Amino acid sequence: MSFINSLDTDFSNLKELREKALTSFKALGIPTPKNEEWKFTNIKKLFDVDYTKGAKSKLSNEQVQDVFIPGLEGNKIVFVNGEFKAELSTINPSNLEISTFAEAANKSSEVFAKYYAKQSNIDDEAISALNTAYAQDGVFIYVPKNKVVEETTTLYFITDATTENVVSYPRNLIVVEENSQAKFVEVYKTIGSNNSLCNPISEVFVGKSAIVEHFKLQNDVETASQLSSINVDQSTSSVFKQHTYSFKGDVIRNNLTHTLNGEHIESHMNGLYLLDGSTHVDNHTNVDHKFPNCESHELYKGILDDKSRGVFNGKVFVRKDAQKTNAFQSNRNVLLSDSATINTKPQLEIWADDVSCSHGCTIGQLDKEALFYMNARGIGRQKAQALLMSAFAIEVIDRISIEALKVHVEGIIEARLG
Amino acid sequence: MLSIKNLQAKIDGKQILNGLNLEVKAGEIHAIMGPNGAGKSTLAAVLAGREDYEVLGGTVELDGVDLLEMAPEERAREGVFLAFQYPVEIPGVNTTSFLKTAVNEVRKHRGEEELDAVRFLKFMKEKMKTVDMPQSLLKRALNEGFSGGEKKRNEIFQMSLLEPKLSILDETDSGLDIDALKVVANGVNTYKSDKNAFIVVTHYQRLLDYIIPDFVHVLYKGRIVKSGTKDLALELEERGYDWIKEEVDGVSA
Repeated sequence: MSFINSLDTDFSNLKELREKALTSFKALGIPTPKNEEWKFTNIKKLFDVDYTKGAKSKLSNEQVQDVFIPGLEGNKIVFVNGEFKAELSTINPSNLEISTFAEAANKSSEVFAKYYAKQSNIDDEAISALNTAYAQDGVFIYVPKNKVVEETTTLYFITDATTENVVSYPRNLIVVEENSQAKFVEVYKTIGSNNSLCNPISEVFVGKSAIVEHFKLQNDVETASQLSSINVDQSTSSVFKQHTYSFKGDVIRNNLTHTLNGEHIESHMNGLYLLDGSTHVDNHTNVDHKFPNCESHELYKGILDDKSRGVFNGKVFVRKDAQKTNAFQSNRNVLLSDSATINTKPQLEIWADDVSCSHGCTIGQLDKEALFYMNARGIGRQKAQALLMSAFAIEVIDRISIEALKVHVEGIIEARLG
Repeated sequence: MLSIKNLQAKIDGKQILNGLNLEVKAGEIHAIMGPNGAGKSTLAAVLAGREDYEVLGGTVELDGVDLLEMAPEERAREGVFLAFQYPVEIPGVNTTSFLKTAVNEVRKHRGEEELDAVRFLKFMKEKMKTVDMPQSLLKRALNEGFSGGEKKRNEIFQMSLLEPKLSILDETDSGLDIDALKVVANGVNTYKSDKNAFIVVTHYQRLLDYIIPDFVHVLYKGRIVKSGTKDLALELEERGYDWIKEEVDGVSA
């Protein structure tokens, strides 16, 4: 934990919060599998590495071009090793305000102060405390009332691990006010073969009647780990859709915490993990229904090959007042190898009596009858498997509303399935 | 074209085929009939290469090529087509793209040029007429939510696209009303030529009113115990299978 001592207090107005978070992290310690929430994900090895925080990157602009999703237009905000790269970014905001986290923190804008760290639990969540203690930079996005933001805003967090082990703590705050609409994409990518650890938090506040979509793409290298949190707070009559696509990395933990703070809220959580090698992906979702007449829909699908490991833990709370809640959760998995594993655990805690909740998880192999049917039409085993896997994934992929992103994700899947 | 000699096969530890012999020449239609459990569907499955079945002995050759050594997809590319009794529903796989993949796999094997999307659609449209295949079905996921008749029609449609040498229809008539049966039979009769052959597995004679067989064989206890012309099918319809069983069991007792 050598990097823990390198605390810098560059934003004085956050100093107090940072110190509190650090104290909390030290008290909580690195989560171990003894902790029920971390039972299947051991992150000890990630903390045995000596990382450099804020390592200077020598990557040229050309070297990072491959990270960018072709054809994905709109605002593009690029960070390398936690540092904002204006020369790589394209920011032409219409109807929204974009600033870096550092700018916003230093300006101490009212909105920033009102929302920052309000949705992240630094007292109990070690990885939230860690980020809050060390957050360097990231993006603060503010969409005022009654604005429809047509363009997508994409955040690229690039880690340059070509010469050393690198840790980074991106911190994003997205505030979408009443009756506004916007779409966001977050892409994480490491270049280089040293170890990298990324510990990002995105906090999203979805105002009354606002409609927000958020996509997260994790198609990293085998030495890149991520301890990630997305913490969402939704107001009355809002719609929020979160999508997480995980393809490669070392150890990836995704906490998605969703608080439904009003009535008639609609929440969607979609996840696809297509894993091979020894990639480990742990999706922990937590949906808190506090008020009546809301609905949440959760669909996570996984295909696991080689020695990859998947974890799905889906918690749904329906509080006493949250009558007429509709909460649906589904986690479906296909294991392609005997050495791949999945641990899936739905957890529903329902205190209201007039609700409609369901959950289901399945773990299986590819349908043998379907494979034989394709074989009997001249389609070989490998191609038949690929067709069936694409078919399995398509339910999630079809929900990508941004065409360039959809094409990109389809390309990753196609390349993987061969 | 097809030569089956002394074929023996088992599934789940139980021997179903007990030395079956059958010769099928190009241009012929052979009907395989028999009581339940006689091994009719096993024969179809073994010919197509379903891996649950274990071949214990005998040979199967298609134009001199050993079929039993081949994987199911290789058999299909060599020209064996099985019309499934229960076609599989495959959600998420688009029917048209599935058909295009299959057709191109077979064409590649034959050394023919693969069809691009435009040429494939043109080819498909020609074939659609023969089995009255509605366009709407081709846009849907493979067999998903298709009615029984639509599924069987889709099987015959696939046959016409893949242009096999040997087609095995496994109880294609089961669950079909008379109109659907006529459509299916019409598809078969349109495709039939002196270069291909059919094995029609059925429990009932009715299908054979529309697909006229050159030979009718009765399968019982895993062997062909009686062969004849289409009149044998009529006789079976009338008299049932008991007299056959008695003949066979009497002889062997």
